[in-house]
Amino acid sequence: MKIQRLLAVVKKEFLHVFRDWRSLYLSLCIPVILIMLFGYALTLDLRKVPTVVFDQSRSALSRELINLFSGSPYFSMVGYAESYPDLQLALDRGRAMIAIVVPSDFAEKLSGGKNTQIQILADGSDANTSRLAMGYASTIGMIYSSQVTVKRMQALGKKPPDPPAEMISRSWYNPDLRSQNVIIPGIIAIVMVVIAAMLTSVTIAREWETGTMEQLISTPLKGPELIFGKVIPYFVIGMTDVAIAVTLGKWLFRVPIVGNAGLLFATAAIFLSGALFWGMTLSIVLKSQVLANQIAIVSGYLPTLILSGFVFAIENMPLPIQAITYIVPARYFIAILRGIYLKGIGLEILFIDALLLTLYAAVMIVIANKKLKFKLE
Amino acid sequence: MIKRIKQMLIKEFLQMLRDRRMRAVIFGMPVIQLVIMSFALTTDVMNIRTAVLDMDKTPSSRELIDEFTGGGYFKIIKTLQSEADIKDLLDRAGVRAVIHIPQGFESDLKSGSTAPVQVLTDGTDSNSTAIAQGYAAGIIQGYSNEKLMDQLQKSGMPKMKPPVETVERAFFNENQESRFYFVPSLIAVMLFIFSLILTSISIVKEKEIGTIEQVMVTPIRKFEFILGKTIPFMLTSYISMTIMLIVAFFVFDIVIKGNIFLFYLLSGLYLFGNMGVALIISASASTQQQAMLTSFLILMPCVMLSGFMFPIKNMPDIVQYATWLNPMRWYLEILRGIVMKDVGLAVLWPAVAAQATLAVTFISIAWVKFSKTLS
Repeated sequence: MKIQRLLAVVKKEFLHVFRDWRSLYLSLCIPVILIMLFGYALTLDLRKVPTVVFDQSRSALSRELINLFSGSPYFSMVGYAESYPDLQLALDRGRAMIAIVVPSDFAEKLSGGKNTQIQILADGSDANTSRLAMGYASTIGMIYSSQVTVKRMQALGKKPPDPPAEMISRSWYNPDLRSQNVIIPGIIAIVMVVIAAMLTSVTIAREWETGTMEQLISTPLKGPELIFGKVIPYFVIGMTDVAIAVTLGKWLFRVPIVGNAGLLFATAAIFLSGALFWGMTLSIVLKSQVLANQIAIVSGYLPTLILSGFVFAIENMPLPIQAITYIVPARYFIAILRGIYLKGIGLEILFIDALLLTLYAAVMIVIANKKLKFKLE
Repeated sequence: MIKRIKQMLIKEFLQMLRDRRMRAVIFGMPVIQLVIMSFALTTDVMNIRTAVLDMDKTPSSRELIDEFTGGGYFKIIKTLQSEADIKDLLDRAGVRAVIHIPQGFESDLKSGSTAPVQVLTDGTDSNSTAIAQGYAAGIIQGYSNEKLMDQLQKSGMPKMKPPVETVERAFFNENQESRFYFVPSLIAVMLFIFSLILTSISIVKEKEIGTIEQVMVTPIRKFEFILGKTIPFMLTSYISMTIMLIVAFFVFDIVIKGNIFLFYLLSGLYLFGNMGVALIISASASTQQQAMLTSFLILMPCVMLSGFMFPIKNMPDIVQYATWLNPMRWYLEILRGIVMKDVGLAVLWPAVAAQATLAVTFISIAWVKFSKTLS
């Protein structure tokens, strides 16, 4: 490989990139827009689940129970149903996700010292939210239940006992369970995969499609010089994107970086190289911009979104799928990002992830160079 | 006119499907992706990897631990000896939760004062952790109520049950399995990706390599050109959707509970709108790379703000209004309505109206933009 020829290709590619200002603009804008939008809009925190109440009892006691629900940050009352069909309609329309049904003999039974039931109906079509909401609802039911017991004790003139056991819960690394702290590092990985694979997947294919590849072949240029020369400008763009993403995350969304920022950028560079050469390989093998790009998206974007542990915890997946996640490089990168961002741990714990990431990048570089047949057919 | 459109359709189908690899991308990839992703898309939190630090080592503390393992939510994989071990274990992501029962747990219970139980969780995955905390709170609250009843009985009151019991039931998806939610949504995402990107690229490609000028000198009209470009992608999207639905039925037991005819009709509306967006993109882009980047810039927010992974109701108000412009948001509402809830137009009309308005708007903008490009 000759530096002089390599630099010539780098220069040519940079010219291509800067000349096509729209692509350049898009590749720098996409990360900003994504981080702003997702950092601001996306949250898995359960708040204000729309709730309807069907209070058949209409008593002071039932209102007390309902106040417990409306006072909690998890539920927001959107209306009162008058009948079961009414309630069914609210769930059908998606106006409410949870319905609380208080039976008509609720107050009589409780004041008579008897036991009673309340019904929680949920729209199970969003299983995650409804499961969380039901959990909270049943805890509120239990709290109300023990309040009733305490009152009964007091009525009998006995001192109400303290609750026998209570939970003190503490969440490490992310004490308020802010989902931004989890989402922003994940978005960095997604943005990098998208930009890297999308940009490089078309480069070589474009040369083939427009016929300029044959001109390149007739020059003294060698295969590796072409590949590295083409990757370098996109590497610069990609690292700029990382810097933008990290800065926005820190200043706009206040996601702290507990660990070593240098290590963050070093591993990002390795991950980026892997993704760039993967896009390159697709471009070399498929020789078609459409095909290479489609495959880059379905093999890059979706797995990074879904199989990396970004939103869906890998340990909840079935075992064969867990096995598949080992070949998704973003899995390692997201583990590293979370380790550095939230846990403040370094290579002493993350070295396996870092090693596998490096291995992935190395394999991609080798494959890209092997696959390029830099001669006329 | 019919004849010209027919010729154009033949050309487009040939161009799209003559490449074996392209056929695989259009018909094979969505299915493979659907199957793998659907298995992965699960928020059913079970068998949470848990460590126990039992400093009390009494029958009561063991009883509480049994309550944790009994429900299937927590799986004890490690027993710790000292508090110092907790940090390392969580750092290495060995477990998601640590149950810490301090010394004196049983004596607190017996003396009638409140015994604290510490649940430490790894917050780096906030969603699973919130679910785990919810489960833990329920288990400890239940245990506490049980002990309270025991204490009351000992103090001479008759044996009783908690005065208020909650009975829960989930509609439409009785076991609250997340695949019923995710699999149909994933089909919508796949359709979006393929219809948007393939259509926009196919037109821009003609622009980039110059063949669009050859098309322009033929007697074909603008209207026919647009139809000729969009119909093949509508049809292949329908075929690909049908294949995915069949796979969803055989692999995941997903049955369309509602009216299947209505479902296909309204899916057409969705695809039609996507074609409009694709045409707008292709009118403004001049290279395939630009078209792809623009498609992607539109696609990502549409996927993320559709309610597919992140519930819309949790988003800030402004963003919730912004999602009204997102065709995928309405389609997911329609899809879930028909597939899971078995509801019809009587309930879905607002979503259908919004979807139709968007589709007509996109197509109109595309029409105007295209007039400029082609002249």
